[in-house]
Amino acid sequence: MASDLGLWSVPLAMIAGAIRVSTPFIFVSVGECLTERSGRINLGLEGTMIMGAMSGYGVALVSGSPWLGVLVAAGVGMLLGALHAAICQLPRVNDVATGIGMMLFGTGLAFFLGKPLIQPKAPNLGAIDFGWWSSIPQIHQALQVNYLFIIGVVLAFAMAWALKNTRWGLIVRLAGESVDAALAIGASVARTRLIATSIGGAFAGVGGAFLSLYYPGSWNEGLSSGQGLMAVALVIFARWEPVRCLWASLLFGAAGAISPALQSVGVTQGYYLFSAAPYVLTLALMIATCSPERSLRGAPAELGAVK
Amino acid sequence: MNTTLERIAVPVLALLASAVLFGLLLAFYAHVDPLEAFGLMYEGAFGSWFSWQNTLTRAAPLILTALCTALPARLGLVIIGNEGVLVVGGVTAAAAGIAVAGAPPLVVQLVMAIAGMAAGGLWIAFAGALRQYRGVNETISSLLLTYIAIALMNHFVEGPLRDPSSLNKPSTWPIGDANMIGTIPGTDVHWGLVFGLVACLLCYLFQRFTTWGFAMEVIGGNPKTARMMGLNVGRYVLLACGAGGAAAGLAGMVEVAAIQGRANASLAVGYGYSGILVSFLARHHPLAIVPVSILLGGIGASGGLLQRRLDLPDAAVVVLQGIIFVAILASETLYGRLLKPKEVA
Amino acid sequence: MIDKFNIGPRSVSRRGLLGGAAAGAMTLGLGGAANAQKPLVIGFIYVGPRDDYGYNQAHAEAAAVLKKMPGVKVQEEEKVPETVSVEKTMESMINLDGATLVFPTSFGYFDPYMLKVAGKYPKIQFRHCGGLWTEGKHPMNTGSYFGYIDEAQYLAGIVAGSVTKSGKLGFVAAKPIPQVLRNINAFTMGAQSVNPKVTTQVIFTGDWALPVKEAEATNSMIAQGVDVVTCHVDSPKVVVETAERAGIYTCGYHCNQAKLAPKGYLTGAEWNWERIYVDMVNDMKAGKAPGNFVRGGLKEGYVRTSAYGPAVPAAVRDKADAAKLAVLNGSLSIYKGALKDNKGNVVIPAGTSYVITEPKLESMNYLVEGVVGSTS
Repeated sequence: MASDLGLWSVPLAMIAGAIRVSTPFIFVSVGECLTERSGRINLGLEGTMIMGAMSGYGVALVSGSPWLGVLVAAGVGMLLGALHAAICQLPRVNDVATGIGMMLFGTGLAFFLGKPLIQPKAPNLGAIDFGWWSSIPQIHQALQVNYLFIIGVVLAFAMAWALKNTRWGLIVRLAGESVDAALAIGASVARTRLIATSIGGAFAGVGGAFLSLYYPGSWNEGLSSGQGLMAVALVIFARWEPVRCLWASLLFGAAGAISPALQSVGVTQGYYLFSAAPYVLTLALMIATCSPERSLRGAPAELGAVK
Repeated sequence: MNTTLERIAVPVLALLASAVLFGLLLAFYAHVDPLEAFGLMYEGAFGSWFSWQNTLTRAAPLILTALCTALPARLGLVIIGNEGVLVVGGVTAAAAGIAVAGAPPLVVQLVMAIAGMAAGGLWIAFAGALRQYRGVNETISSLLLTYIAIALMNHFVEGPLRDPSSLNKPSTWPIGDANMIGTIPGTDVHWGLVFGLVACLLCYLFQRFTTWGFAMEVIGGNPKTARMMGLNVGRYVLLACGAGGAAAGLAGMVEVAAIQGRANASLAVGYGYSGILVSFLARHHPLAIVPVSILLGGIGASGGLLQRRLDLPDAAVVVLQGIIFVAILASETLYGRLLKPKEVA
Repeated sequence: MIDKFNIGPRSVSRRGLLGGAAAGAMTLGLGGAANAQKPLVIGFIYVGPRDDYGYNQAHAEAAAVLKKMPGVKVQEEEKVPETVSVEKTMESMINLDGATLVFPTSFGYFDPYMLKVAGKYPKIQFRHCGGLWTEGKHPMNTGSYFGYIDEAQYLAGIVAGSVTKSGKLGFVAAKPIPQVLRNINAFTMGAQSVNPKVTTQVIFTGDWALPVKEAEATNSMIAQGVDVVTCHVDSPKVVVETAERAGIYTCGYHCNQAKLAPKGYLTGAEWNWERIYVDMVNDMKAGKAPGNFVRGGLKEGYVRTSAYGPAVPAAVRDKADAAKLAVLNGSLSIYKGALKDNKGNVVIPAGTSYVITEPKLESMNYLVEGVVGSTS
């Protein structure tokens, strides 16, 4: 057993960590990317994600099928997204604030309804073993890839393509860039945003289902430590590009694996500082890459929150 | 049209609607009598002098942290890093207090307040400066700064600043009983409440009656016009962010100097996040922050009673808060339409 | 899992997932207080959710036992942060519910909150879990209780050290505080008592409930060849399940987690708070104040080990049982010199042997030789 990789195991653990941890970030941020491109911001995805985690777990428990759980999580997320969109469509309603309210509502409701789900154990989603060729356990373990991760990666590229090349993508972008222009071609801005926000919610629900049904793979009230909120922030970091959301999520996941990975090879001092690495790294990258002139590039013009 | 009546009627309607929704959830899912639940909530939040003090104590930190979102919001900035500012302010205040612990109590308290406010002010002014001079979105940077602040706090509290005798609750050294700021005479409520009220009043007067306050309103309304008028937008951004941060930093100082006596992880218990909500619900109006904070404090104070008497989980209160917030925010759409008979029907 | 539901803190099945059925018990809340005979009202305060499969659940399960005692009424409040909130919760229990005995169960509730409230309500009894109550320094209507769970950890360590093939054990911990360090050290020394070459890898996650980080920590240790893992976080569920999925062994903590890992669960260190609470309630009913400084380990029955899992061979069970007997009859001391920490300093000189009640142990700030990790 060639398990003694020394410090080389740190980058390997970071890749493994990125694959394991990033999936919820990918789903939430790619979904929110679509929502924001349509000119609507949904800060409530943290609550949506937790509702998805709870409902997905519950359905998997009752039905015995984790994939049915994922489906229901998507449905619940879609409903919450639609509710958010419907409320924000009312005149004079602030979508940033409503999102924060929805975050509270979703979180509270999930904890409330999820009480009976903490003790029982639901079946988990499986993984594909891409590491079968290697005898090194670290590599073997790093390449245990969950289906949802692959779906998330595919969706990020598909979303980028669709936004650019389809009629539907054009309408979404128009709704986000200029309401007047959208109206001029006869598209319904309200309907577009409703659909985009609902899809964003569905994505977040699936991201939540990943948490409860695969990694860490159980339902409890501490399940999310702000991943949903952070994922929404990553959309701004990724400048509203689905594929960049994917890279940002992976980077963020990898940075989050630094602290346990370093401790596991014996670098143990200052682990709190290492655990802040994802946030410091994101901030540093933003400071390095932004400038007053360029920061607005990519921002949908109708997006109030980031004007 | 009677706008005063409307300003009261709309939120009341929203509250009633939330009560009905929450009541349905209680009756049909939890099988709890909603009227009993609301009776208990009233008892726990406002039913007695004890309950009132409980509510006000919980409202105090929210008033200060809400200002951290409300002041920059005047310029159109969305700051959500309140939790981190409170943490930074609290740890800095504790460190400063320990450093000068031998001085007369009033001096120690003053030094702590200045340290907490300065640290908090700089923390958010940094986010403001990044926005102004580097174009970094302030919402995300202030959120990132919160996580960084909490990690730094843990590092210091469990490392360089740790009092070894704090054992299983790693904390800094205590600032000393003599240096605590105590409670308002005749009550159980600490002075932080008064600090909050004064801060809100000052902010209101500043925004309403000074040229600078007016300039901020112009910038918030239209930054391009403001620039054309020759206003130094950067200076106002730094000022608003700094003042907001100072308020939340002061909340951290109050946590240390009025309650905990030392800084530890209990600084990060969500006062900052609640402050964001308060600010948005109050539509960033300094005077509206006070009643909204009291409402939120009251819900927090009554939550325990719901748990104990009705066997409801803690989350029930969070659900209620969520419903109330969404309902109040959605009800904004009714302004100007409520009193038209057609719309009401 | 069904029995877990029933003895659980709140009989969840009452309003279960599939349509809550009867809810008669709900009306008890206010009606109970009006009964002719005044019941003894006891307040329990938890820092996290009552059903966390861990620390808080261990207390709530004991509280559920008290609920069945005649003439006793239990009031519980969960997720109370260690701030002024807990002060208000205690006062609210006293003023509004008529509680005369309060159990704040989290360490951070002790100073200043419980001490402050106790000064204000001298007729109410406060008993705190884990605080270092000192006569003369703290009010007499307060007190503290705790279990020496490191004794159970030592036994778990013996089992872990016997079954490990790689000689690497893993420990997922929240924060480097004395209670946690005692557990890590006792677990390691238990393992070293059967196999001196064993090392324990520690990963601190930084907080009490961070499921994703706990899973990451477990996985990174598995990648390093760790084949037995245990933990000290509020809810061991994630660590135990992650280990089971990876096919390695686990030792539980706080409660029995055998059901989460039917294959790999070796044993675990569990609380038995019921023992303490029932005694204290009986004292109250007899008109006496409960003890002010209550401590105990395996011998007093305040802590215990989980039943051995199927992966533990008979010879290993015998070894652990023998050690348990030696702890019970006092012939085995876990903390004895010469003991070095993992930086090479002597922390207990040769010839010195601490009894488990030794106050110095309550402020432990080192990791023993053989532990890979750092306290700051």
